[in-house]
Amino acid sequence: MVKPRLTGLIKIILLLCIYGVVRLLESRGLLLPYHVQVLSLCCINVILVVSLNLINGFTGQFSIGHAGFLAIGAYLSAFLTVKMHVPFLAAILCGGLLAGLAGLAVGLPALRLRGDYLAIATLGFGEIIRVIILNMEAVGGAKGFSGIPKYTTFGIAYLTAIITVVVIRNFVHSDYGRACLAVREDEIAAESLGVNSTYFKVLAFALGAFFAGTAGALFSHYLQYMAPTPSQIGFVKSIDILIMLVLGGLGSLTGSVIAAVVLTIIPELLRGFAEYRMIIYPILLIVVMLYLPAGLMAGRELSLDSLARLCKGVKSSAHYS
Amino acid sequence: MPTTAELMVSNLSVQFGGLKAVNEVSFSLQPQTLAGLIGPNGAGKTTIFNALTGLCPVSGGEISFGDQRLTNQPPHTIARCGVARTFQNIRLFKNLTVLDNLRIAYHKNRQYSLLCSLFRSPRYWREEEQITARAKEALELVGLATKAEHLAGSLPYGEQRRVEIARALMLSPKLLLLDEPAAGMNPQETLTLLELIRRLRNELKITILLIEHDMKLVMNLCERLFVLDYGHLIATGDPKAIQSNRRVVEAYLGGTGA
Amino acid sequence: MSWHIAALQQLVNGLALGSVYALIALGYTMVYGIIKLINFAHGEIYMLGAYFGFYALTLLNLSLLPAMLLSMAAAALVGVLLERVAYRPLRNSPRISVLITAIGASLLFQSTAQLVFGASFKPFPQAMPFRRIQLGPVFITNRQLLIFGVAVLLMILLHVLVTYTKFGKAMRAVARDKEAALLMGINVDRIISATFALGSALAATAGILVGMYYNRIDPYMGMMPGLKAFVAAVLGGIGMVPGAVLGGLLMGVAENLVVTLGSSTLRDAVAFAVLIVVLLFRPTGLLGKKGIEKV
Repeated sequence: MVKPRLTGLIKIILLLCIYGVVRLLESRGLLLPYHVQVLSLCCINVILVVSLNLINGFTGQFSIGHAGFLAIGAYLSAFLTVKMHVPFLAAILCGGLLAGLAGLAVGLPALRLRGDYLAIATLGFGEIIRVIILNMEAVGGAKGFSGIPKYTTFGIAYLTAIITVVVIRNFVHSDYGRACLAVREDEIAAESLGVNSTYFKVLAFALGAFFAGTAGALFSHYLQYMAPTPSQIGFVKSIDILIMLVLGGLGSLTGSVIAAVVLTIIPELLRGFAEYRMIIYPILLIVVMLYLPAGLMAGRELSLDSLARLCKGVKSSAHYS
Repeated sequence: MPTTAELMVSNLSVQFGGLKAVNEVSFSLQPQTLAGLIGPNGAGKTTIFNALTGLCPVSGGEISFGDQRLTNQPPHTIARCGVARTFQNIRLFKNLTVLDNLRIAYHKNRQYSLLCSLFRSPRYWREEEQITARAKEALELVGLATKAEHLAGSLPYGEQRRVEIARALMLSPKLLLLDEPAAGMNPQETLTLLELIRRLRNELKITILLIEHDMKLVMNLCERLFVLDYGHLIATGDPKAIQSNRRVVEAYLGGTGA
Repeated sequence: MSWHIAALQQLVNGLALGSVYALIALGYTMVYGIIKLINFAHGEIYMLGAYFGFYALTLLNLSLLPAMLLSMAAAALVGVLLERVAYRPLRNSPRISVLITAIGASLLFQSTAQLVFGASFKPFPQAMPFRRIQLGPVFITNRQLLIFGVAVLLMILLHVLVTYTKFGKAMRAVARDKEAALLMGINVDRIISATFALGSALAATAGILVGMYYNRIDPYMGMMPGLKAFVAAVLGGIGMVPGAVLGGLLMGVAENLVVTLGSSTLRDAVAFAVLIVVLLFRPTGLLGKKGIEKV
């Protein structure tokens, strides 16, 4: 086993290296601005998927309205930077906070609903947010919100994604996260052990929504234009996020990260086959559910430990051969 | 810490639609007693446990524990009052490790705040270490120290029952409710269990109430018995008195020939 | 026109729209009743039904009734295949997996339709001349009458089928307890297939009726009505045939009244607001009975 201090250090160095490599390739002209854009989008999607994982994967609720939180963060932050000239970071935070409040509001019905009923209620909630935005002239209404400054750089998106993953990992590995797991596994047993299941469902929703809101703020200052369409802030987007989550595996953070990155890059590679993408995607989803119902990572995590073990395994088998 | 709280149940009734599953049952349990709740199938024993732990609504009567009123409180509040339980059909978190099952149950004693956990403050690390140590102690107590990293669902039945008891102990309960702890165990395991329950009461000084069909175990272990039949409490007393109680023999012992 | 006549007019329009919702909701409710699955792809079957009808009318030059029957049969086939391929292998999996599969199926139908039929809308052929009938202070079109007529007829047929036939009895038995039904010698798989066929056929009819009503069909037409019909099923009490009808009619009327009162863009939010309120205060729906949760 690798010592915790050491693994922490290795991870920080690795993360810095990734950043350094991207910047280096960018300065050498090997990565075009378009490529860096895609990488920023990867980071935004990582935040979305990981935060949904907290609600769906770790707490066992079934939300398919995550884009609603994204929409709140996206529009509020854009409104703040464009109309009120608020600094970007403050706008991100505000977007996250308002989305978190909305998460509280959705978490409340979650107390009474389970499984598919909750799913449909969250879907409805997301659509209500979209329709409300559609009717708000201050943020462009049906025409959409344009003229948003391009504040989202790769650096900011990358840093926010890392903070999100670390914070949610810390949450999951604390008493709070264990309480959420307990609620997911068996609500009655959890309650009988003193876990207030209501509280933890709402907490998970609020926290997940907060991060989705920050992702939204990054998203609107990345696209520079928001349209209140289902595919941008409606249930089509929610389902996109859900697909990434399910493919990566519910309850696996590394699975979420990998799936978010891969499923953001693949469509960009397949740009020429846009129509087929919309067919391949759902087929992939069905096939995974049929043959790999727990997703790519099946609730496990990829860690330095497991990598080290894998390397050792390869080495020792090489040695014997 | 030895418990001094007394469990008081007065005129407890539980109704499901038209059916009175528990009918005006009253009893009290002195601190540190080891008591049994027995009766034929469908007599309402588990329903009483569910009412005591807030898992089913009480339609009449009062439950108090020490100076706390438990009637119709939510289950997590009751757990926080010091009442822990196990379930007849084992409700472990099967996909989690044994250790995590136990650590979850330390929930009510956790001190660090949400922010501490999100940013892993020194306080978080210190307390997490304590929690893990406590969990290992509890596992040691039920003799499963080596199984900490196993998935709870992968253990054999008898061990799962012991994990569930250890998990209940993580709540530092004053009253422990065991729902058929020996069900599905072989004679050897039952014997170990009997020793364990006795030790828990003697060393931890807690009150224990158990539901059990294994009459040998009940008569050996319990100091006081409550007999239920069709939702009514038909007899109370020490095992000797119960064995010779005519109503009990008629309703229960005589019927099954046990 | 004073507002209450406008409201009355919207009531008529609402009932027409509502009976379409009811037809779709019946499929949701039957499937949910029997395998406890929200068949997300049901809205897409309704869309496919509309397209089948479209091609039967244009390519095959059929008249309305045979076109409708053909479309019903084709949609039934799609429904049965869908259950067979995507849902049956997951019958013993967690419900969430099946729900995700259903979402996947819905997306798949949508994008396939887009690829095969084209992304833009198609004008639906008019199988009957347009006529407006004055009924007191309000108007009703012959298409609305057709929608009512067909919807009511199908509902009566379905009711007779479920209540009085052996098949209906078997269906209700499977909905109650699959294992017990199996022990009673009921071919559960066949009953489930038949339920999908029945629900899909009803949705296909709804698709054709809506195509005629709005004069146009497109690959995305199933999304919103599908969701709303589901809401209607929940509103009435999911799993119950009369509930779906009641919920569908209420939903159609409520939506049209909101349009009269103000914004037509808020129309889509009504459905979901209704849904959330119902789920919070009466999760079993208007006609549903309260179940006891077992500990």
